[in-house]
Amino acid sequence: MQFGIFSVGDVTTDPTTGRTPSEHERIKAQVEIAKKAEEVGLGVFAVGQHHNPPFVASSPTTTMAYIAAQTERIILSTSTTLITTTDPVRIAEDYGTLQHLTDGRMDLMLGRGNTGPVYPWFGKDIREGINLAVENYALLRRLWREDVVDWQGRFRTPLQSFTATPRPLDGVPPFVWHGSIRSPEVAEQAAYHGDGFFSNHIFWPASHTRQMVALYRRRFEHYGHGTADQAIVGLGGQFFMRRNSQDAVAEFRRYFDNAPVYGHGPSLEDFAAQTPLTVGSPQEVLERTLAFREYVGDYQRQLFLVDHAGLPLKTVLEQLDLLGELLPDLRAGFAECRPAHVPDAPTHASLVAAAGGPHGTTLHAADDVTGTTDRDEVSV
Amino acid sequence: MTSLVVISAGLSNPSSTRLPADRLATATAETFEGLDVTHVELRGLAHQLTDQLLTGFPAPEPAAAEQVVREADGLIVVTPVFSASHSGLFKTFFDVLETVALDGTPVLLAATAGTARHSLVIEHALRPLFAYLHAVTVPTGVFAATSDFAGTDLGSRVLRAAGELAVLMGRTGGSSGVVAGRRHADADLAAATPFDHLLRQAGAPSSARTGLTA
Repeated sequence: MQFGIFSVGDVTTDPTTGRTPSEHERIKAQVEIAKKAEEVGLGVFAVGQHHNPPFVASSPTTTMAYIAAQTERIILSTSTTLITTTDPVRIAEDYGTLQHLTDGRMDLMLGRGNTGPVYPWFGKDIREGINLAVENYALLRRLWREDVVDWQGRFRTPLQSFTATPRPLDGVPPFVWHGSIRSPEVAEQAAYHGDGFFSNHIFWPASHTRQMVALYRRRFEHYGHGTADQAIVGLGGQFFMRRNSQDAVAEFRRYFDNAPVYGHGPSLEDFAAQTPLTVGSPQEVLERTLAFREYVGDYQRQLFLVDHAGLPLKTVLEQLDLLGELLPDLRAGFAECRPAHVPDAPTHASLVAAAGGPHGTTLHAADDVTGTTDRDEVSV
Repeated sequence: MTSLVVISAGLSNPSSTRLPADRLATATAETFEGLDVTHVELRGLAHQLTDQLLTGFPAPEPAAAEQVVREADGLIVVTPVFSASHSGLFKTFFDVLETVALDGTPVLLAATAGTARHSLVIEHALRPLFAYLHAVTVPTGVFAATSDFAGTDLGSRVLRAAGELAVLMGRTGGSSGVVAGRRHADADLAAATPFDHLLRQAGAPSSARTGLTA
């Protein structure tokens, strides 16, 4: 079971002080948060991708590479990489490079994004959202799995004898998750390919998440990737904790009431009752989190949203300390009664092992006239 | 069992919007045996419907209301007229409902207003909304201005609209008053109303009436 945090990368005014951090502060804060996450024992740190204010998350692989250089164990991921508006050739290259730089300590989560205006900024048509996601991902898979690609589609210029470089580390492409709040098509796509499915979970009632995950598990089995309970599931989560429950509620309420997504809407109490948000003591967060599997089954990855709503860096780091203290109990709780045939989340090492060991995949340019490479000549 | 759901968007309690809602529901139930009638008062859901606009998902109470509406065999919807249209609360309920929830559902449209000058609100505001939602709207809309509550005419429109709704909901047998009320020019010519009836109806003195008919 992996535990980690996912970040949106928003620049939000602290409603208790009226102070708005600068972009520079927020970008650097993400690095501090990631380092802290590793320090307290978390296994995953995911960054968002947005291309408009108030976000500072337009270049996820740059941020991920910078963090990777200053950490040793934590897996870098995304929440999410925009598969609709990012050229799949660039995704193959950027994340392919990141895979080498991090020695495979990365994966990525694909999403369609929820900002309509972003489409024309990258020359795309919002009306084709789902179709873009399907076509772009199909191409991305080929770019990572076939050395030379001839390709023609609806949404970008054709490719002829194209090789995306670098080739995947050890011949194994990065593991891909598909993230969704409420699109059944995304669960279907993840199931079809046997990829991971991540349910955002935090903005909607548990009954909705239960249905989405059940759909993904059913279709995962249908497409022959294993039994339904072997499908690779990730969940979002959201908490604010203090040692004393009342202190947590008192401190978090103003952040909640002014939060960008749900602020000025339902009360903290209503929203906490209707969604996975838990504001209270570490024990309450532990119990609520362990109950998630009652409606999604045993799963592989739990990411929390901690860094948002204008919470100051100091507070976020304190939250991570508290989460770190909970980790042994979380691990023990999730390990209890977990059947042996339920797999862990794939990592680079497990994918290499499953592929029968590392394969060198470096391609060497071919001579236009003879069609041979320097390798061919050496071996002759 | 056939289910009828009555949605009423009045804001006060007691509400003059609830009044025609009840009359329409009763009239429909009287012509449709075994009808299961559920009332949905939007006032009590107002805060949570606004929350749903912001969060995208319903709290348990509006979720239950939306569920009965989704499963209804017929609807009666009644809104007060605010600023020449349906009220914001009324519209909010249909804004948060999935656009396919009312596909093919018979809907009786009704509105209340302080003045008869709003009487076309059903045609210019409600009917386009329910056409968009692919509902089947009952031909007779029931508009009630405050002055209508003093008259006797409202009752006949309530009966006609309720009868039409019952037919659209699939009621068979019994006299609906809908078909019976259909007339054509030949029928009018075949049986003219005797003039003394018209005079009596107009309240003319009996002496004048006698003289004329002599």
